[in-house]
Amino acid sequence: MRLQVALRHRFAGFTLDLAFEAPAGITALFGRSGSGKTTVINAVAGLMRPDEGKVRLGEVTLTDTAAGVNLPPHRRRIGYVFQDARLFPHLTVRQNLLYGRWFAPGAKEGRAEATSLDRIVDLLGIAPLLARRPGALSGGERQRVAIGRAILSNPRLLLLDEPLAALDEARKAEILPYLERLRDELQLPILYVSHAMAEVARLADTVVLIEAGRLTAAGPTAEILSDPAAAQGLGLREAGALLTARVAAQEADGLTRLDSPAGPVWLPRVAAPEGTMLRIRILAQDVMLATTRPEGISALNILPATVRDIRQGEGPGALVRLDAGGAVILARVTRRSALTLGLTPGMPVFAVLKAVSVAQENVGGKG
Amino acid sequence: MADWLTAEEWRAVALSLRVSLLATVVSLPIGLLVAHALARWEFRGKQILNGLVHLPLILPPVVTGYLLLVTFGRRGTVGQVLDQWFGIVLAFRWTGAALAAGVMAFPLMVRAMRLAIEAVDPRLEQAAGTLGASRPWVFVTVTLPLILPGIIAGAVLAFAKAMGEFGATITFVSNIPGQTQTLPSAIYAALQVPGGEGNAARLVWVSITIAMGALLLSEWLARRAARRVSGR
Repeated sequence: MRLQVALRHRFAGFTLDLAFEAPAGITALFGRSGSGKTTVINAVAGLMRPDEGKVRLGEVTLTDTAAGVNLPPHRRRIGYVFQDARLFPHLTVRQNLLYGRWFAPGAKEGRAEATSLDRIVDLLGIAPLLARRPGALSGGERQRVAIGRAILSNPRLLLLDEPLAALDEARKAEILPYLERLRDELQLPILYVSHAMAEVARLADTVVLIEAGRLTAAGPTAEILSDPAAAQGLGLREAGALLTARVAAQEADGLTRLDSPAGPVWLPRVAAPEGTMLRIRILAQDVMLATTRPEGISALNILPATVRDIRQGEGPGALVRLDAGGAVILARVTRRSALTLGLTPGMPVFAVLKAVSVAQENVGGKG
Repeated sequence: MADWLTAEEWRAVALSLRVSLLATVVSLPIGLLVAHALARWEFRGKQILNGLVHLPLILPPVVTGYLLLVTFGRRGTVGQVLDQWFGIVLAFRWTGAALAAGVMAFPLMVRAMRLAIEAVDPRLEQAAGTLGASRPWVFVTVTLPLILPGIIAGAVLAFAKAMGEFGATITFVSNIPGQTQTLPSAIYAALQVPGGEGNAARLVWVSITIAMGALLLSEWLARRAARRVSGR
């Protein structure tokens, strides 16, 4: 199922004007706070009526201002997980989870297998909470219940509005694996709003970049993240390519060896069984470049690569795109270094990466 | 115990309870609708509706009674129609006393309910909508349970106010023992008789007991409902 969105809406001092398509899988709407992300999904959910626009989900037109169509939220069958969970305080967790089931057509047959209460409760690890009330839950638990509640309403599309934004790092780490399981186990298109690149890199299949109400880039996650032109929109500190790798061996000294197209990569212990495919986000600022293979250096990962292109910004830095065995790696170096090393497209180099510089949050399951 | 009050006094107590109960039960759904409209809807004449609802609170009760008499009396604009078409007469009947009590208690009821509705986070109702609930269902499954403490408080407040209503009642339905003589009217009548202070005092005690009982009951109910609603 494919979601097609085209919107135009004027606010005081701000105009939203964009169009994009979201294929199956997780599509991340990425942009700074106030760039219009939430407005977009509110329009998709029917909570906000755009001045002009068209929203189609599969064969169903949800909004078409030109034709005067605007389905009310309760007839759209879109699950919405809000930033602040919004659980019903007068109901238990179990009653909250089953709330949408009351109204969902076909929830009792058909898809019932895939979205049965037991399965979702198990998937989200909320079995011990069923009898409690929302007031007695932690932020992370509340958010997991909200996700379960949305899925159990048997939606055709799931909207997640920064579901992790209100949580601390520990809670985020607690929920991310559940989101990865959802992505891999449910055949449900998901629109995921976020301003945290690490989340997007781990979860998204497609990325839609939004800046000040306009679309700046859209495409497959690995492609967008390794595109130096998009790096500006992401913020240079957040720039970094995605490497897909397979867990090859857990080594005795606490390191994990992963096989990637660019060669073997060693990282601090990755808690995943051998054979698991993972996404590793390698920040451009963590990558050093050398023209000869460095000797006597502490960094464990030295990957042979070829310079594909060099993008110079207005500042003192340059973003170098490398081709390493078919995979793309970004390296952020100073212009002075690029000049001293004489970097030119086609030149062979070595990318140097410290094992410990890859943060745990940048290693995640691959769909 | 039963002979503590005279038969006539018992009748006044029973009548007061009946009048207040009818007034409360009938105005409950109307009050809820008006409170909801004032809290959530935007419409022309909202301020006028708001003013009309609150008028009995600030008008002298005798004025409200007079207006009721003019409107619902046998010759009144509405009263005439009720009498001729439905055979319903309110003036100088106990049902008229209920109408007077209901009108006087209405602003208190609406106020309590309106505050409760305004305290409900509309984002919860939005969430219910995305889960497939249409507007009426959202109201029944989310809004109503959340405002239950406010409804209880409003109903009990209205009941207590109706129990104590005097001015509008005596103007509209007079003070006929056994027919329209409510507890406050009976106290008033007792005080008109020389040496009637003793009789009045006993009725005053009954009045205080009922009012206090109603308040304690409402506190208890509201606290129970609030505990449910707070999500703990």
